[in-house]
Amino acid sequence: MKVKVLCRNPDDYVRETTRDIQRVPRNYDPTLHPFEVPREYTRALNATKLERVFAKPFVASLDGHRDGISCITKHAKSLSTVISGACDGEVKLWNLPRQECLRTVQAHEGFVRGICSRFCGTSFFTVGDDKTIKQWNLEAPGYGVREEPINTILGKAVFTGIDHHQRESTFVTCGQTVDIWDEQRSSPIRSFSWGVDSFSCVRYNPVETELLASCASDRSIVLYDTRESAPLRKVIMQLRSNTLCWNPMEAYYFTCANEDYNLYTYDIRHLDVPVTVHMDHVSAVLDVDYSPTGREFVSASFDKTIRIFPKDKGHSREVYHTKRMQHVICVRWSADNKYVLSGSDEMNIRLWKANASEKLGLLSTREKAAAHYNKKLIEKFQHHPQVRRIARHRHLPGDILKQKREQREMKEARRRREQNVRKHSKPGSVPLLTEKEKHVAAVVE
Amino acid sequence: FRKMEQEMLKCLFLGFGLQKIRYPCSKKDPFPGEAPIPHKQLQKFQRGEKYKVPAGARRRLKEAIISSEAMSELAQKQAARYDLLLPEDAGFLEGDEDEDTNTISQDDIADAVDITSGSKYFNLHLSQFGPYRLDYGRTGRHLLVGGKKGHVACIDWQSKDLMCEMNVMETVNDVKWLHTEAMFAVAQKRWLYIYDSKGLELHCVKKFNDVLRMQFLPYHFLLATASATGFLQYLDVSVGKEIAAVCTKMGRLDVMSQNPHNAVIHLGHPNGTVSLWSPNQKEPLVKMLCHRGAVRSLTVDKTGTYMVTSGLDRKLKVYDIRAFKPLHSCFLPAGASCLSLSQGGLLSAATGDIVQVYQNVLGSSPVSKPYMAHRLRGQIWGLAYCPFEDVLGIGHGEGFTSMIVPGAGEPNFDALDTNPFRSSKQRQEWEVKALLEKVQPELIGLDPGQLSKVDQASFEQRHKEQVEALGFDPLAKDKFKPKTKKKGRSSAGAIEKRKRKVAHEDQRDEIRQTVQERTERDKEQKEKSNEKKKLGNKSTLDRFRK
Repeated sequence: MKVKVLCRNPDDYVRETTRDIQRVPRNYDPTLHPFEVPREYTRALNATKLERVFAKPFVASLDGHRDGISCITKHAKSLSTVISGACDGEVKLWNLPRQECLRTVQAHEGFVRGICSRFCGTSFFTVGDDKTIKQWNLEAPGYGVREEPINTILGKAVFTGIDHHQRESTFVTCGQTVDIWDEQRSSPIRSFSWGVDSFSCVRYNPVETELLASCASDRSIVLYDTRESAPLRKVIMQLRSNTLCWNPMEAYYFTCANEDYNLYTYDIRHLDVPVTVHMDHVSAVLDVDYSPTGREFVSASFDKTIRIFPKDKGHSREVYHTKRMQHVICVRWSADNKYVLSGSDEMNIRLWKANASEKLGLLSTREKAAAHYNKKLIEKFQHHPQVRRIARHRHLPGDILKQKREQREMKEARRRREQNVRKHSKPGSVPLLTEKEKHVAAVVE
Repeated sequence: FRKMEQEMLKCLFLGFGLQKIRYPCSKKDPFPGEAPIPHKQLQKFQRGEKYKVPAGARRRLKEAIISSEAMSELAQKQAARYDLLLPEDAGFLEGDEDEDTNTISQDDIADAVDITSGSKYFNLHLSQFGPYRLDYGRTGRHLLVGGKKGHVACIDWQSKDLMCEMNVMETVNDVKWLHTEAMFAVAQKRWLYIYDSKGLELHCVKKFNDVLRMQFLPYHFLLATASATGFLQYLDVSVGKEIAAVCTKMGRLDVMSQNPHNAVIHLGHPNGTVSLWSPNQKEPLVKMLCHRGAVRSLTVDKTGTYMVTSGLDRKLKVYDIRAFKPLHSCFLPAGASCLSLSQGGLLSAATGDIVQVYQNVLGSSPVSKPYMAHRLRGQIWGLAYCPFEDVLGIGHGEGFTSMIVPGAGEPNFDALDTNPFRSSKQRQEWEVKALLEKVQPELIGLDPGQLSKVDQASFEQRHKEQVEALGFDPLAKDKFKPKTKKKGRSSAGAIEKRKRKVAHEDQRDEIRQTVQERTERDKEQKEKSNEKKKLGNKSTLDRFRK
């Protein structure tokens, strides 16, 4: 007879010394692992709960300004420097890891309306209420030397915004007209205007570097090409946009922060309908900035909160608020995709984590693997009601919650009224507009 | 020649990083592409069917389904390839040309194999304290024996190391290990007791009275008990609470088994029926009539596909539990009082003092002769296979016997699930992880994978509510609008032609809708007219009609 009985040699299954790691032989046969789906569901539930437990996004507050902060800009090459301008004309340079102010410059008399840093990382530009454009050195002057701008340009009217080209030494300002300047000249090389009395914001496209967009006071957004002599086209909306930001990964998308509590993402090829309407704020949205991955953006609003939206979803995934943070005027996403900076009315710049439950610092491979696994589990079971209920839950301040409920009721009332009108009128006489179509008034070429 | 040498060295160094090795002379790889995987191996790791993209799906849904299907396929292939690395092979027993394997005795087998395997055949002579019930721990290391007259002992059977031994001075109906070798449950004459592995009594659960049989559901941490009063009770051993007490109203519950695939409890009854229970319902999930007489024993295989039952009508029947159909039945000269299925698919049936082991029972054809047989001294009272070993444990009137059954155990275990060679630290870590992913009893049902399926009913309900609220259907397909910038092909006639090509699809939907509406209206009208007729025929003189 031929016989073989299962016999395991313990030497193959037990470690040799206590200094070795344990031996873990695996067998992926599904019959040895019953209840895959319920166990994964339980793990997903645990992962969601732990994510909420570890969600502590506030990192630090940068204190020092003596008036509300009106603009922030990132250093072009360094992750640890940030430049902010306040409403009393002060500009401060901050070192983020040490959370201290490196340098203070009294840049303007009046508001600092805009700051931008040059692509080379050696200087930055500021514009203010005193109708000047000043270029400053990023290195501090030597001991005893007075702080002086490298260059000052006097203009005829107040400038309200500035942005610098990605590669060439040109920058653009907006005020009464959109002007393109060369750094060597003291008068603009080109001026764009389209019957509008003021522009609030202008931005260069980071990918297609010859494209520009600006927000105008006649509720429109105007697109320009620096190679042409006239603006390209404009889209007029129901309410005015405060700022806009181009998607750094997709050259044809930009998102604008509007006064009607929403943000709109437009495709420049089809300006008649926005790609997405992002709704969640309960007051005017003041600033927007994209993450360097181009997948999410952060928005700052007059309702004392900042919200992080995925680029293709209509609702926010995260909301940050504190009792001490008042109206948030400006917001920036750091270039390493990890932090969000918000500058607000009460003279503080706050540093937040972009992923609230992320563990900072160097993680071991096992920690990283566990974090990835938990993230994937939450993504897999995100539609189950129990998991969604926990993942969605965010604490909101009392007034914002009340405002939200009120606005929802108002919206419902308006919708019911429209439906009634449609029901009692000739079919087809009252057109059915989707949410996206409602907000654009006209596109002008 | 030197050039060729240099090139070959370069290729060797490059080949460490690249997948393809480029040969210096233009030879082609004789086996291009990936290594093929045998279909059977690939099927083993298939979970469910491929999800078809529904007609009329949006672009995002299509992309999501296609990418997730690709990921599943990759995972399946990688798991199938890993099968090559499994260290052990299953055991086997083959007789010579004219020799029947069931005539080979245990002593012969023990002599023919090595010493360690030979020592797995042993007898414990415990004739004083009545027939013995037994339970092996999940890792297969620890054995718990309980005699009817009160003797309870737990041993590490491979090293014959006695962990504890005591006499509880009462009738012992059943013994069961809990989730680790630290605790076990004993169903004594009146109540349920839980002991530590050192023999200390930890709990006396008075709510669980007259327990006859117990089953432990390892992934739910539930101890299911069947009592003589007809109650099926579930105890959560991690929290210590009774989860459910189901009054089965089917008399004395003597025969009990669990389906390891979906944690459903199978109970056999004296009227020949087998009922399936979950803690969430007061009624059985399924009731099947299996035998003409009482059901004596039943067991379910590890994949949850087959159930083997034996009854007083001396039949042994195999059922497909997923489709609830009988597969085949065979006649035993004396009915089997105990049944057990091993991880390797071997069925052991005990009749009186003889144990017979059958091979290939779960296949399509009925089995004529047993694979192995063994005769014992006393009446057999309990039968259990050791999880990852080729060993069958038998509890009988004269004590305990451990029998070698080649091919019974699963050769390769997964150390992250159950590791027979785990250290105490590994056991502690495993216990914490297992408790964290303990499945809630609400999820016990006939289909354990129900959470991964789309809840079509509630989706449709929500869609209806959404359409009512908005006034239009957001998921409706737009009518076909032809493009008007077609470089000379956008004349009115050409547009009409293009519209006509797609028109039949839109028309089909419209027609279907109108037809549905019409049929519904007709139905309503019919019902109304029927009612009217009934009402119309009633008159005051009806009571005089015959």
